[in-house]
Amino acid sequence: MHMPTSDTVNLSLLAANDQQAQHNRQHFDAWGLFCINVMSSPGAGKTVLLEQTLCSLHNTYAMAVLEGDMTTQLDAQRLAGSGVPVVPITTGRACHLDAAMVSTGLHLLRQQCDPASLDLLWVENVGNLVCPAEFAVGEHCKLALLSVTEGDDKPLKYPVMFREADCVLITKIDLLPHVPADLERMGHHVRQVNPHCGVFPVSALTGAGLGDWLAWLGQQLQAKGHHQRNPQRPTSDRKQSALTTA
Amino acid sequence: MHEVDMTRCLLQALEDWRDQHPVQPQVGTIHLLVGEFTCVEPSQLQLSFAAAVKDTWLAGARLSIASVPLVGKCLVCGNSYRPNPTSGYASPCCGHPLETILSGRELKIQRIDYSRPRICGPPVQANPCSQPTPSFVDPSPCTCPPATP
Repeated sequence: MHMPTSDTVNLSLLAANDQQAQHNRQHFDAWGLFCINVMSSPGAGKTVLLEQTLCSLHNTYAMAVLEGDMTTQLDAQRLAGSGVPVVPITTGRACHLDAAMVSTGLHLLRQQCDPASLDLLWVENVGNLVCPAEFAVGEHCKLALLSVTEGDDKPLKYPVMFREADCVLITKIDLLPHVPADLERMGHHVRQVNPHCGVFPVSALTGAGLGDWLAWLGQQLQAKGHHQRNPQRPTSDRKQSALTTA
Repeated sequence: MHEVDMTRCLLQALEDWRDQHPVQPQVGTIHLLVGEFTCVEPSQLQLSFAAAVKDTWLAGARLSIASVPLVGKCLVCGNSYRPNPTSGYASPCCGHPLETILSGRELKIQRIDYSRPRICGPPVQANPCSQPTPSFVDPSPCTCPPATP
């Protein structure tokens, strides 16, 4: 005989992923590194932005990249040219990175370098404006890209992504003379769903606006670095100098 | 289709819940709360769940998904409102952007309905000092294996 009953659970549907993300985050904090989850639709310019950002910060911060793609390691090969450790994560059928995939990537990264020697870890997510918004990977900061060729209504059509972002870069502004994009309207739509996030128009091709983006990033690192740096790890001169001059 | 990965997370949570029970429960209905302001499409989640539980310990279980409306709170006028994309998610009275979300981001397992087999314990010894009690006749035969004393 069976006795019918009911349990009130009130548990997050994503509890399994959230627990793994929290575990990843504990590692990041213990290592004293700042993790940024980079998200956008396919072709918005995540990889070229990372190439330019890695190049700009190469002498300031020790960095590494976890590079997510559904198939191929083409982007990982591109970024390896920047001279930083890059771990490709091929997701197969999955349209986003989850916390377990990033955990696997971290174990592979440890074969290339000591994560405690890093300042910044970039996680380039799979190109998709939907799924990555819901799956935390343990990041400290979510960066969303929106290119001027995508239309200014995307923040209203995919509001969860732009609500979740800490910073939105409007990319490919070098194309503004050729496409009917309204920068002000794009920024306005982002702020309709996320009034307090940073919004910076940039062009990775010409370098326009990258200074504003890097200055914003420096502020985040300064704010986090003071209380999350591993006290047992000596502060590198590079990092200290970057923090005090940011 | 990220609902497949959502389903995987759901199954993991259900297995963790199951492992808290001494005897495997038979799950009937799993009640979920899914907010409107999430990336989950309930019908896709139903499809994915049905495919995933086939021939597993959850075979026969069903999802009951309650949608939770998106409700924002305007920090200028203090009113609660239902934001919608056509008006840019803005407060209808003063046009302020979507600042505070009161509901609509839920992705939650709220309740699990299940049945558990009755556990057969050792036979209770009659207390010779007490009055004889009427014998209890279970109308349904118990299929549990005999308990070992």
